[in-house]
Amino acid sequence: MTTSTTAVDTAPRRPLWQRLPVIAQLRQSVGLQRGMLVAGLVITTIFVLTAIFAPLLAPYGYAELRNEDGLFGATEPPSAEHWFGTTQGGYDVLSRLIWGSRTALLVIIVAVAASLVVGVLLGLISGYFGGSLDRVMVVIADAIYSFPSLLLAIVLAIVISKGQSSLWGGILAAALSITVVFIPQYLRVTRAEVVRIKNEAFVESARVIGSSHVRIMLRHVLRNSTRTLPLILTLNASEAILTLAGLGFLGFGIEPTKAAEWGYDLNKAVPDVTAGIWWTSVFPGVAIVLVVVGLTLMGESLNDLADPRLRKRAAGAEPVEDLGMDDDAADAGVADVPGAAANRGGEVK
Amino acid sequence: MTETTATEPAPKAPAKREKKSGGGSLGRYLAVRALLIIPTVFILVTTVFVLMRATGDPITAAQGGRLPADQLAERIHAAGYDRPLIVQYVEYLGNLLQGDFGTTLSDHRSVTSVFTTFGSATLELAFYALLIAFALGIPLGRYAAFKRDRPADAVLRVLAILAYATPVFFAGLLLKLVFSVWLDILPVAGRASTRTELQLHKLDNPTGIYLIDAIRTGDGAIIGDVLQHAILPALALGLLTAGVFLRLVRTNVISTFGAGYVEAARSRGVSERRLLRKHAYKPALIPIVTVVGLQVALLLGGAVLTETTFEWKGLGFQLAQYLQARDFVAVQGIVVLLAVIVAVTNFIVDVIAALIDPRVRY
Repeated sequence: MTTSTTAVDTAPRRPLWQRLPVIAQLRQSVGLQRGMLVAGLVITTIFVLTAIFAPLLAPYGYAELRNEDGLFGATEPPSAEHWFGTTQGGYDVLSRLIWGSRTALLVIIVAVAASLVVGVLLGLISGYFGGSLDRVMVVIADAIYSFPSLLLAIVLAIVISKGQSSLWGGILAAALSITVVFIPQYLRVTRAEVVRIKNEAFVESARVIGSSHVRIMLRHVLRNSTRTLPLILTLNASEAILTLAGLGFLGFGIEPTKAAEWGYDLNKAVPDVTAGIWWTSVFPGVAIVLVVVGLTLMGESLNDLADPRLRKRAAGAEPVEDLGMDDDAADAGVADVPGAAANRGGEVK
Repeated sequence: MTETTATEPAPKAPAKREKKSGGGSLGRYLAVRALLIIPTVFILVTTVFVLMRATGDPITAAQGGRLPADQLAERIHAAGYDRPLIVQYVEYLGNLLQGDFGTTLSDHRSVTSVFTTFGSATLELAFYALLIAFALGIPLGRYAAFKRDRPADAVLRVLAILAYATPVFFAGLLLKLVFSVWLDILPVAGRASTRTELQLHKLDNPTGIYLIDAIRTGDGAIIGDVLQHAILPALALGLLTAGVFLRLVRTNVISTFGAGYVEAARSRGVSERRLLRKHAYKPALIPIVTVVGLQVALLLGGAVLTETTFEWKGLGFQLAQYLQARDFVAVQGIVVLLAVIVAVTNFIVDVIAALIDPRVRY
C-alpha cells in the first residue's frame, strides 16, 4: 500500500525501486532497526494477503451458521472442525477472523486515502498562502486534533449511519469518522513542510519566471513535502484499526450478517469471558494486536530512520551510501509527526 | 535552538514559531492561551451540533419507525425541533453558556446531573491510570534509553508497542480472564461489591470518589474492596498510556544524551550513569508535561471503552448506555462536556509547561 501510493522525488540517483519509500529505508537500516522493519513488513504483508484471499482461506462464510452436518452450535470450544471454536451467535471464529481482515483493510484504505488527499491539500493551501486563512485552519485543526478521536468517531458514526450498518455503510461510516480525525495530522505535517520549503530558492525562481500558484504548489512544493508521509501513513493505518475496533466494541460495528468485524466480535465476547470462554475474545483481540503491531513496527522504524539522531549506522558504514535521504532529513531534524507520540518534537533550526 | 527543542509542545509549534522573534512575557502567553480556549470550544460545540443535527432530529433517531407519524411530529414540535436550525443553534449556545447541556431523552435527567453523578468515577479511574502510567512509563523509558539498542531496550520497545497496539478493551478482557476467571483473585467488574456500595451510600455528602469515601468510613475491608475493584480497570487503561510515556522518555533521553552540555560533562569525565541521572534525564521530562495534556484526550476515549468492559459506572459507561439507547441528546451533551474538559486541561498543562520551560511562550 505504502509503496504504491507515494512516489517520492525525481533525482536520478539510484534506480526507481531503490528510492521507493520502505525499500529505500530497508536498504538504509541495520541491526535492530532492520529487524523491526522487516518484522513489521512481514506481519503487514500477511495481513494484506489474508484480506485479499479471505474467500479461499476461510473454512466457512462470515455469516454461516451451519454446514451439511447441521448447525455449528454456540460457543463450541476449538475442535478439528472449528479450529478456533464458535461464538455465542454460532459463527465460526476462525472464519470471522479471516473475513474480518478484509473489513479492516478496506477501512484502512478508504480512511487513509481520503484523509491523505484532503489533509495534504488543505495543508498545502494553508502553508503556501499563509495569512489569516492559515491561522483559521490551524486553529480548527488543533481544536479537532485535541478532541478524543473515539468520541468524534462516535458522533460521525451516528451521523453517517444512524447506528445501522450495512457492509459499505459500516465501512464508510468507520472510514469517514477516522478520516476526519486524521485530516488535522496530515494538514499539520504538510503545512510545516510547505512553510519550510516555500522560502527555498527554487520556489522563488519558479515564481520569478512566472509559474502559476497551482503549478508551484503541485510541482515544486508538494513534491518536496512528502518526506514524512509514509510514516504517518503507517501510524494512521494502525490508529484506523483501533478506532474501527473501538467503534465496533461500542456497538457501532457492522452487523454480523453483513461482514465480519473484530471489534464487534469482542463486544459480543464480553459476557463469555466471565464464563471462562476465552476463544471468542482472544482470537479477534490477538488479530487486532498483531496487525497494529505490524503497522506500528513499520512506522516506528521508518520514523527512526528519518531522524538522524535516532538512526543507527552500521559500524564503519560509508556515510556516502545514504546521503540522498540524509540531507533533507538532517535539516528538518525530528519529523513533526502528530501520530508518533513518542516523537512529538519541534524543529531543529 | 539545539536538539533540546524536542521539548516544545508539538500542537502549537507551527503557529508559534513564526511569532517567536520577540520572546514575550509569561503574562502575555497565558492571556493568549486562555483566549484560545474560546474558539477551540466554540469550534467543537459547533461541529458536534451541526453534525448531529444536520441529518435529522434526535426524536426521530430514537423513535424512528416505532411511533405513528402524527405522534412523532407532535413530540418533535413539543421539543422545538421543527424550528429553523439556526434558531435552535442560538438557543443551544445560550443554554450552554448557562451551564445547561440539555435533558436526556431516555431517562429525562439533565446532562449536568449525569455528569455530577458519574464524573467522579471517571476521574478516579483516570487518576489511577495516570499513576500507573507514570510509575511504569518513566523509569522504564529512562532505562531503555540507557540500554539503548541492547536487548533490554529491544524488549522494552516491543512491550511499549504492544501496550499501544492492544485495544484497552481487549487488554481489559485478557486481564479479567486471567485474574478474575482463571486465578480468581480479583473481582470481575464494578467499582465495589454491593455490601461496600451500601456502606458508602450511607455516608453524608459522599464525594463519589470511592477511595476517599472508603477512607472516610475508616473500615479496612471497605478500602481493600474498593482498591481490589480498581486494579484491573486501572491497569488496562494505565498500560496504554505507560507505553506512550515509555517511548517518549526514551526518545527524549536519547536526544538529550547527545546534547552539547551533556557532551561537555562527558568530556569532563562525568560517569555515564551520573550523566543520565543528573544531566540528561530532567530536561527530557519537560515534554512529558505537555504530552500528559494530550493523554487526557486519549484517557477519556479509553475510559469509555475501559468502563464498558468493567462495568465501571462512570461517564464513559453511561455514554455507551446512551449510545445503545440511541439517546443522542445525552450523547451530544456528554461529548461536548468532555470536549470542554479536554480544552481546559490542555490549557492548564500548557500553563505548567510555560512555567517550567521559558522557551514555551508566545
